[in-house]
Amino acid sequence: MAMLSFERKYRIRGGTLMGGDLFDFWVGPFYVGFFGVTTLFFSVLGTALILYGAALGPTWNIWQINIAPPDLKYGLALAPLQEGGLWQIITFCAVGAFSSWALREVEICRKLGIGYHVPFAFSVAILAYVTLVVVRPLLMGAWGHGFPYGILSHLDWVSNTGYQYLHFHYNPAHMLAVSFFFTTTLALSLHGSLILSSTNPGKGEVVKTPEHEDTFFRDTIGYSIGTLGIHRLGLFLALSAGFWSAVCIVISGPFWTRGWPEWWGWWLNLPVWR
Amino acid sequence: MKTFFTILGASVAFFLTVAMFGTSGWDRPPLVTQQNGFRGTAMAQIHTRDGVAEKKDANLAPAPADPAEPGEELAGTTYENVQVLKNVSVNEFNRLMASMTEWVSPEQGCTYCHNTENMADDGLYQKKVARRMLQMTQHINAAWKENHVGGTGVTCYTCHRGQPVPANIWFTDPGPNRPGGFIARNNGQNMAAPSVGLASLPYDTLTEYLADKSIDNNAIRVNATTALPTTKGKPIQDAEKTYGLMIHMSEGLGVNCTFCHNTRAISNWSQSTPQRTTAWHGIRMVRDLNGNYLEPLTSTFPPNRLGALGDAPKVNCTTCHNGQSKPLNGAHVVEAYPELATSTEVVSAAPPATAPPEPAPAMPAPAPQ
Repeated sequence: MAMLSFERKYRIRGGTLMGGDLFDFWVGPFYVGFFGVTTLFFSVLGTALILYGAALGPTWNIWQINIAPPDLKYGLALAPLQEGGLWQIITFCAVGAFSSWALREVEICRKLGIGYHVPFAFSVAILAYVTLVVVRPLLMGAWGHGFPYGILSHLDWVSNTGYQYLHFHYNPAHMLAVSFFFTTTLALSLHGSLILSSTNPGKGEVVKTPEHEDTFFRDTIGYSIGTLGIHRLGLFLALSAGFWSAVCIVISGPFWTRGWPEWWGWWLNLPVWR
Repeated sequence: MKTFFTILGASVAFFLTVAMFGTSGWDRPPLVTQQNGFRGTAMAQIHTRDGVAEKKDANLAPAPADPAEPGEELAGTTYENVQVLKNVSVNEFNRLMASMTEWVSPEQGCTYCHNTENMADDGLYQKKVARRMLQMTQHINAAWKENHVGGTGVTCYTCHRGQPVPANIWFTDPGPNRPGGFIARNNGQNMAAPSVGLASLPYDTLTEYLADKSIDNNAIRVNATTALPTTKGKPIQDAEKTYGLMIHMSEGLGVNCTFCHNTRAISNWSQSTPQRTTAWHGIRMVRDLNGNYLEPLTSTFPPNRLGALGDAPKVNCTTCHNGQSKPLNGAHVVEAYPELATSTEVVSAAPPATAPPEPAPAMPAPAPQ
């Protein structure tokens, strides 16, 4: 395994959040650490339980395997294993595995002496997941409001959850999240195409510098955000998309129980044009 | 100048945020949720606990009047000009008249319909309307018992709630009067109409779907039945009108789409809940009532009771349901008034057959385990 020149200097003990020197070593290119072990534990256990749940179910069709949350009647209590209890343990494992992975990223950042941008970004994705399967069910009073684990079944859940509020496209936070998702892909495609075009010049030309890249966007849209700025913008757009997704689902139910179109009544009733 | 616009923008944003948080009517936990599909399908009704209690209190059925003394005399022989309740005993007849006053015109009293000089006089339009409404009530309780109203039944109070004109009636909506200008036509939509829950959907969807007395006309189905198109299919406007009607039904019953549908396959009966069958018949019942009982009263009503286009006031799901899936908390209101439970209509057009040409299955397939 090839190693970069500075890697030897970074492969040192310390910087761990927990457990001191315990598991503070590498396996090939991979840092292990205390949270690497917990990640492994939760992900192996969770995956095994998913396989167990699939084995209990009626099908091995990958699209139709479904591990559903408990009935609403169980509220926030534990459910029998085959009636949603598996879903509860798998959810616990998933949250444990995702959080462990984020904390392992933090430890690697500390060893490298870099900022925490990567674990922070990953935490926003975890936040969206936890909002969906933990926070919202807690607020609504039943684990049964979480989404089922299955390729098609979770899509059916999304559809019905949207129709619980008659027309989900009127959810203001959903509007923001969708806009941010689209803008993220737009920004990434603009950035990716710009980098590829300047590093793949015509025959006989040399690879171009950021000055050329800036000039391209100044000439086309009057402004270039710059080489560092595009990455700040990309991070902002992507995290906003995830953040507003979490907001849009946590307000649907706990803080709004009617049709989303009705929510806009406040706008129609502004004293300006009421 | 820059400072001015910064402050202006910040204040507008601030006031809009305050208005959004303060006036949009956010809910908050605790919630009361009711599952109506297999676990994990998200088929559930979502309400706040306070909202449920409030709605329950607002929809209490009135206590029925004390039972009438038994008597042999029939109203039809004792009183003049009794047309609908001929075969009801005089005591029963008077009990019903008193109840009707409580249900419909508690403030106006008997004189709302009757000329007290001569109770048999048909001079007031209200009396003629009331007579037809009695027939309609009997028709609902008799002909639509099996398919829609069940043992609950309806009385005048189900819709009227102590008001001469029920709160939730509707007229054909001609839309804004805009003969010219930049937006000469709005294609019948984009008005944030309350009838479609403030969505941009077509605002007059009820006229097409609930006012036609040929009850099996205007099927609302728009979903394709084949994976690939075989014909041109229905235009998207039809889908939007159907969506508008469905929003009306949801809001009228205080439920969401998943009360009847598993939205992964909205049109599929085998994946729908039993309530969808009741609703399917309900649409036809409303068409029957509007077409056979309310539209014919157009010339009886004075002009101030008619809509903008001169059409009679009509019923929809909200008229009876008032935001509950079972009106008046599901109280069996008709039990205490047996004279309203059977049709005594002698001369009338035969009510349209209630057997649907494409019957909805009585029970959906069991949920997969």
